[in-house]
Amino acid sequence: MSITIFVPRDAAALAVGADAVATAIVREAAARGIDITIKRNGSRGMFWLEPLVEVQTEAGRVAYGPVQASDVAALFDAEFQRGQIHPLSHGLTESLPWLARQQRLSFARIGVTDPLLLDDYRAHGGGEGLARALAIAPADIVQQVLDSGLRGRGGAAFPTGIKWRTVHDAPGPQKYIVCNADEGDSGSYSDRMVMEGDPFMLIEGMTIAGLAVGATQGYIYVRSEYPHAIAALEAAIGTARDAGWLGPDVLGSGRAFDLAVRKGAGSYVCGEETALLESLEGKRGIVRAKPPLPALQGLFGEPTVVNNVITLAAVPLILARGAAFYANYGQGRSRGTLPIQLAGNIRHGGLIELAFGVTLRELLFDWGGGSASGRPVKAVQVGGPLGAYVPESQWDLPLDYEAYAAVGAVLGHGGIVVHDDTADMARLARYAMEFCAVESCGKCTPCRIGSTRGVEVIDRLRTGEQRDKQASLLRDLCATMVDGSLCAMGGMTPFPVLSALKHYPQDFGLSA
Amino acid sequence: MQAVQEPGQGGREVRLASPGELREKLRSLVPPPLDPAVAEAVNAAIATWRHEPGGLMPLLHAVQDALGYVPPEALPVIAKALSLSRAEVHGVVSYYHHFKSSKPAAHRLELCRAEACQSMGADALLAHAETRLGCSLHGRSADGQVELEPVYCLGLCASAPSLMLDGQPQGRVTPERFDALLAEARAAKGAAA
Repeated sequence: MSITIFVPRDAAALAVGADAVATAIVREAAARGIDITIKRNGSRGMFWLEPLVEVQTEAGRVAYGPVQASDVAALFDAEFQRGQIHPLSHGLTESLPWLARQQRLSFARIGVTDPLLLDDYRAHGGGEGLARALAIAPADIVQQVLDSGLRGRGGAAFPTGIKWRTVHDAPGPQKYIVCNADEGDSGSYSDRMVMEGDPFMLIEGMTIAGLAVGATQGYIYVRSEYPHAIAALEAAIGTARDAGWLGPDVLGSGRAFDLAVRKGAGSYVCGEETALLESLEGKRGIVRAKPPLPALQGLFGEPTVVNNVITLAAVPLILARGAAFYANYGQGRSRGTLPIQLAGNIRHGGLIELAFGVTLRELLFDWGGGSASGRPVKAVQVGGPLGAYVPESQWDLPLDYEAYAAVGAVLGHGGIVVHDDTADMARLARYAMEFCAVESCGKCTPCRIGSTRGVEVIDRLRTGEQRDKQASLLRDLCATMVDGSLCAMGGMTPFPVLSALKHYPQDFGLSA
Repeated sequence: MQAVQEPGQGGREVRLASPGELREKLRSLVPPPLDPAVAEAVNAAIATWRHEPGGLMPLLHAVQDALGYVPPEALPVIAKALSLSRAEVHGVVSYYHHFKSSKPAAHRLELCRAEACQSMGADALLAHAETRLGCSLHGRSADGQVELEPVYCLGLCASAPSLMLDGQPQGRVTPERFDALLAEARAAKGAAA
């Protein structure tokens, strides 16, 4: 009988040689006359072990990693195809504490299944949410999402059910579902993993959204930096259409919903929902003033749901298992789970899906194992390039939207970037302003001009020119940007800058 | 040719163009026909996307995917097909970092400059790349074969530092791996040519 060997197709596995490993395994097996089948799964999210090769045995899947093509012959010598011990083996994948301690709801299938096989998807619970949605009234779908407590996982944390209800109630001849897959935050890759590792889940979530609000067309706006995600989505949409999941008659219900992928073009600000809509309309990605809300006048002026990948990906499970099941996870007003992405200078970086409430200290040390360099962890940026640097005194706060907001920080999209003690926080603050200057859409003055002035002020601070004056000038400039910018680009760039200045004044040459 | 005596100009002659010269001048304002390869790519992209709502972005992607850049001389053609002004099309092309207006080098190397990669030595990797290629960010290597560009996140933040070489993401890039990847890419292109 053929032995199944899993080699991930996730971009992070391909980026460290997964294709060469798969080729080497096929070649070596053929040379030895061993009957194997290679299955290309998503990533389990343990990136320090990628390429993580798994072998199907009677006891379960056995993990080997990180495997390079040059290790393959030795793995066969050790009979890894029968799950035998080798220096690279880690035992049963499912028993690895790093995975076993997680609460994987949205990521339950990722790394397990072949992401492009619809049968695999269905065999692992896929499609149950859509079946349930087709059996109930649109208003009841909206109510389920509302009751689940799901909030926008893109960063703004707006209650998804309220957004959907607004679009459901809005009159319009053509409504749209837009998936924001312009995941530009450094330290974030959960959207990418979903698109590459379980694209049918996103398709199902968007279809349910379409049924709920009466939209018949959806767009997935993916950044051009994600070529593998785009390819996976295109393939999955084609399969879903052929199988009748998408099209004029969704699963024989008589109701229409179809999807198209649109590629971004390297603009960070297009992750802001109104700039994204402009870009989808074929224009420069310039931020729109709100109101009108996109829910009322969104894409092409029509009522539009704009949700992040992770938000939409949570929907099939909420429908399949019920709102109460999902709301049972989490704490306070942060319900459900958050796919946390541990990144940067960390020994064991990767995707950790947990209910809200875990602390940064647990993530950094119990999961992450400390810094990759072995040096002390100095600063942790939570929530992407617009998120605050969180100092050690705040590492025991629970990850929860409100708890973070209370200290002037944000959870954002759940990306966590770790810096060791070699990090120069003044330099990172300068980078935040520089990034804003490069990426500002230019519509509002505080962001367009403020970011350039910010770089200049920080440069003067760093060279020691009238330090106290420059520091107060920087604070004043940041206040203008926070209060006067049209969107989060200019409005939140001060978060990393001010938190660096506040918690690491010595890096700016100021006394603590 | 007519010559008119301007009054009060000290008898200086002001030359006006003859009708023939004017026609010639107007003709020179009409852009020359597109290079056949460019015309083919542009027309194919227009045929696919002109009636699609918001079709300009995918149209430009199609042109760039085919040619490696969006030739400036193609903009009036695209504008006309989509009933847009040339300024609108130019505005879109120039707004997005991804779209290029000149012919690309044989290899495109994008180094991630974002925070997660910085925490793992992206600055040192950039310095290495600049030395190896003999150019700085936004420049081309001394032999003109490689263009070096910044990119802000490839989603490989737990495998930092990362880069994209000829459209392929690469993670955990040490200076040694950088050299190997570059040599491999150059060899592949050499073999193909």
